[in-house]
Amino acid sequence: MSTNYKADFPLLAQRDVAYLDSAATAQRPQCVLDAEREFYTRHNANPLRGLYPLSIEATEALESARTAVARFLGAAQSEEIVFTRNTTEGLNLVAYSYGLSHVKAGDEILISTMEHHSNILPWQMVCRQTGAQLKFMECEPDGSLDLNKVEALITARTRIVALQQVSNVLGREYPIRAVAELAHRVGAVLVVDGAQSTPHLPVHVQELGADFLAFSGHKLYGPMGIGALYGRRELLEEMPPFLTGGEMIESVTREGAVFAEVPHKFEAGTVNAAGASGLHAAIDYVERVGFDTIHARELSVTADALARMRALPHVRILGSDQAEEHNGILTFVVDNVHPHDVSELLAADGVAVRAGHHCAEPLHRFLGYHATVRASFAFYNDKTDVDRLIGSLSTVRGRMGYDD
Amino acid sequence: MTTNPFYNEILTEHNVRPEFKHDLPDADLVLDGVNPSCGDEIRLKLKLDGDTIADGAFVGDGCAISQASTDIMLGMIVGKSREEALWLGDLFLRMIRGEASEEEIDSLEEASALRDVSHMPARVKCAMLGWRTLREALGEKASS
Repeated sequence: MSTNYKADFPLLAQRDVAYLDSAATAQRPQCVLDAEREFYTRHNANPLRGLYPLSIEATEALESARTAVARFLGAAQSEEIVFTRNTTEGLNLVAYSYGLSHVKAGDEILISTMEHHSNILPWQMVCRQTGAQLKFMECEPDGSLDLNKVEALITARTRIVALQQVSNVLGREYPIRAVAELAHRVGAVLVVDGAQSTPHLPVHVQELGADFLAFSGHKLYGPMGIGALYGRRELLEEMPPFLTGGEMIESVTREGAVFAEVPHKFEAGTVNAAGASGLHAAIDYVERVGFDTIHARELSVTADALARMRALPHVRILGSDQAEEHNGILTFVVDNVHPHDVSELLAADGVAVRAGHHCAEPLHRFLGYHATVRASFAFYNDKTDVDRLIGSLSTVRGRMGYDD
Repeated sequence: MTTNPFYNEILTEHNVRPEFKHDLPDADLVLDGVNPSCGDEIRLKLKLDGDTIADGAFVGDGCAISQASTDIMLGMIVGKSREEALWLGDLFLRMIRGEASEEEIDSLEEASALRDVSHMPARVKCAMLGWRTLREALGEKASS
């Protein structure tokens, strides 16, 4: 492993692009592609079903991936890890299974304005179906949460608090542990959206006090279509299944069924074992690089980009003015140039950024923006990527017909 | 550093200094057009004199392509009959789809500045917003 981490990522080695959209999906290193391929070329069978060697190997690949995820998240046991397609599915699983069976009319669910739509819509659904009330934690102008205000919003009626650990727009990390304590004081559970935190920070669910935490493999250098949900064992045990069908039962009669033990109760149908193998390889890769290195490299490029963007007239950055509080995510606007035009012009210079509301419309409305541009860095980005971003960004106003 | 030839002078001029982006208090037809996925929005206002589009204007917020395309469109259709305006709209759509001949594109005058949208599938909706809203506005009038 070199310090030119781009060499580990075939796409970055082959394509001339400053890839600054890792918060949407990261690139995958060769070892992840190899692991998926190896599953299909050497161990492919339907896991958990067959009694022949190949199926046993496939089962081992799946279950060793589960163990790796449990270790990565600091879960007490691997049975607390449910494989999903992605964060969205994990959050929906909690909403449909735990939410609908534990929330009733008059109860409250507390979420934040900063959430990704996938941590808003499932809770709107639970509230609509149960008659519970959805309440919102609002952020301060810099995107931070005032814990005193959070405390005031958590009442004896609060059943669920759902919060992202890191904002996909502002990059800010939220105080999960403190919010967990407030939620637990009233007997509520805390559901954490870990989609943007798991690629950047060591996440330890037990230390955080998270009751549920969902993340996606594809933002963590793993394959698309595989993710995981952590759930505290005693909660998972008493929850009804989310989807029903194959491989989530003990026995089925014409009238009913006895469901399988956790976590398989929540994994109906054939699971994505090749994806799980890829995710396993991604976790191994991230642990080899190490969060110290990841953090140092991301902070370096983020600080460089932030300082140079702030020096550009007409560029305004959302959220904190401290690079340490962005976790590689810099969301910005250019005065009088629509974000889609900014993105198009950057694209013409080989810079890939995202434009729009980034699946966080309530936050955009709250902050007073229609749409924004987001540049998101991963540890494989380097100074040349920042140079390309700044070089292109500094010409945007001129190319759009403004004199300055 | 390359420059993007797509954002040519005609387009940026219509975006930064639009001729028709203002209110039209005595409009006969007012219709909102919106691209929900990207947030482009316009309110198109037309004043009719019989079958002729006597005047037109728009207000709105959106990307340069949506706003400039609408401004260019109004410059082309004011003074034209309803039928001529719809015909130009069809021609514009064919250009955006990459189906128009060189002569047809030339006949679109300033709107031909948007011809490269035919290679940019993500921006077709932006370029079409004004024309689509115009078609709906005139269609509504016809059916009422």
